[in-house]
Amino acid sequence: MSPAAFASSRPRRHRPAYQRVIERLVEGVIRACGASAILFVFGIFFFVFREAAPLLGKLDWHQVLFSQEWYPTSRANVRYGVGALIVGTLSVTGLSMLLAVPFGVGAAVFVSEFCTGRVKETLKVLIELLAAIPSIVWGFIGLSVMNQVIQALFPAPVGLNLLNAAILLALMSVPIMVSIGEDALKAVPDSYREAALALGVTRWQLVYRVLLPAARNGLLAAVLLGVGRAIGETMAVLMATGHAVNIPHSLFDPIRTLTATIAAELGETSVGSDHYRMLFVIGVMLFTITFIVNLLADLAVRGVRKR
Amino acid sequence: MVTSPPKIEVRDLRLAYGHKEVLHGVSFAVPSHEIFGIIGPAQSAKTSLLRCLNRTIEFTPHIHVSGSIRVDGQDVRRVPDVYELRRKIGMVAPLPVGLPLSIYDNVAFAPRCAGLTNRQELEARVEKCLRQAALWDEVKDRLDTLGTKLSGGQQQRLTIARALSHEPEILCLDEFSIAIDPVTTMRIEDVLKELRREITIILVTNLTQQARRLADRTMFLWNGEVVELDRTEVMFSDSPKDRRTYDYVQGNFG
Ligand SMILES: Nc1ncnc2c1ncn2[C@@H]1O[C@H](COP(=O)(O)OP(=O)(O)O)[C@@H](O)[C@H]1O
Ligand SMILES: [Mg+2]
Repeated sequence: MSPAAFASSRPRRHRPAYQRVIERLVEGVIRACGASAILFVFGIFFFVFREAAPLLGKLDWHQVLFSQEWYPTSRANVRYGVGALIVGTLSVTGLSMLLAVPFGVGAAVFVSEFCTGRVKETLKVLIELLAAIPSIVWGFIGLSVMNQVIQALFPAPVGLNLLNAAILLALMSVPIMVSIGEDALKAVPDSYREAALALGVTRWQLVYRVLLPAARNGLLAAVLLGVGRAIGETMAVLMATGHAVNIPHSLFDPIRTLTATIAAELGETSVGSDHYRMLFVIGVMLFTITFIVNLLADLAVRGVRKR
Repeated sequence: MVTSPPKIEVRDLRLAYGHKEVLHGVSFAVPSHEIFGIIGPAQSAKTSLLRCLNRTIEFTPHIHVSGSIRVDGQDVRRVPDVYELRRKIGMVAPLPVGLPLSIYDNVAFAPRCAGLTNRQELEARVEKCLRQAALWDEVKDRLDTLGTKLSGGQQQRLTIARALSHEPEILCLDEFSIAIDPVTTMRIEDVLKELRREITIILVTNLTQQARRLADRTMFLWNGEVVELDRTEVMFSDSPKDRRTYDYVQGNFG
């Protein structure tokens, strides 16, 4: 064996120094990227929490959580009851998901499994376009179009209410669900489809017995992103809910959400005042709600996986 | 000899993917309870031929099929219910595809989809098929673990059990031993010898000796054409009709 051949067959550990340095560097950068994601989340939470903290000890929590008296600017009788706001956020999000999940998952299945070629491409482009509509535009649609549609179709005196906002939120989250859900279904290997169809099952049976279970994690992620968008949405709900502090008793009652409250009032408070801090407390609550939703979803995925 | 109508009869079958014709007029007939071997090098359209039988070829876009395929005397393209046709034909793919379900659910999948809901009947069916596939003893205590957790050979037997689960009259195996060890292969071959009493078997194989061991008659398919079709002893004798058959089965090419 010639010396040159011998050298090239040596173990790779003896590579030139600069290669090792580059490798270390790349590794470091990747690590930093990963760490920064965690850092940002904690950073955001920290700064929101810091603004809210001085008020936390002074609050009557029973009143905050269960009272619907939100009088932050009253002189004689200040009340920070966010009960109605929490109910508002949860009800509008829940209702919108009730509308959006079947629709979104159904559309994802349709695009992924029942469309081919040009139809599929066109639909995907349209859905991406829908996802790109800014929320203020949805707000306008709620204010002008949906408002009148609801007044015309239902015996409701005003069209700015729970139903209006829920429909808007559903329309906003469906495109996200469809595009992520379609990716999840596309990731299911074709061999599953072939194998199942060769067993003499119909396409519907294939969808609900094989594809939906196989893609469930991705589909759940799709639904969660939709939920996230719905909970966090501010502008459209501010315009379409009627923005009245109120626990809804029907679909046609106006409501107010946590997010819209922050958006509408933060500009008018003086920095450091109790009202100002209270809005940050609401921010912490929003954080907590999304955290719980994510946690529940995570547990659900694990539970399903264990079976 | 009584001439009953053939179980499968293929006449002048042509198949093209787009403009590329891969089956150039293939004809053969398989009587009931025969093990029919199909040998041939890769790319000779053996898999495509099987996919024509149960019409799963239709899921590939831009295909053209001509000629006729009859199963029990009925043209597969005119069957009233294609799902029934597919249930009549069990398919085993070269690489085992465990559906992402438990062992039990993998086998119960097709019967359930066909409308069998009675628990006892389902359990009996699953046990019967797993026994037929010589897998029951190895998995009977862990029927609810994922099918994909099994070893390669076990997974292949699971797909055989699954292919039997809808009680087919024909079983097609497509190079089933490509990814499994010789011992498991021999076990499955024994299973096939048992099964032929009940059903008709089409055995596509890349191992010519496997066809020699199992098949009653063997067809040599080459580049989408039938080179020779005869009793297996003749195909593997020193004097098959076609020189290419001799070369192929002797391992001189392919
Ligand atoms: N889905 C497909 N689309 C286009 N061509 C295909 C497809 N499947 C197989 N072919 C072509 O058909 C020919 C036969 O393939 P195949 O039936 O898989 O042969 P074999 O199973 O004998 O190896 C090959 O040339 C292959 O490229
Ligand atoms: Mg093949």
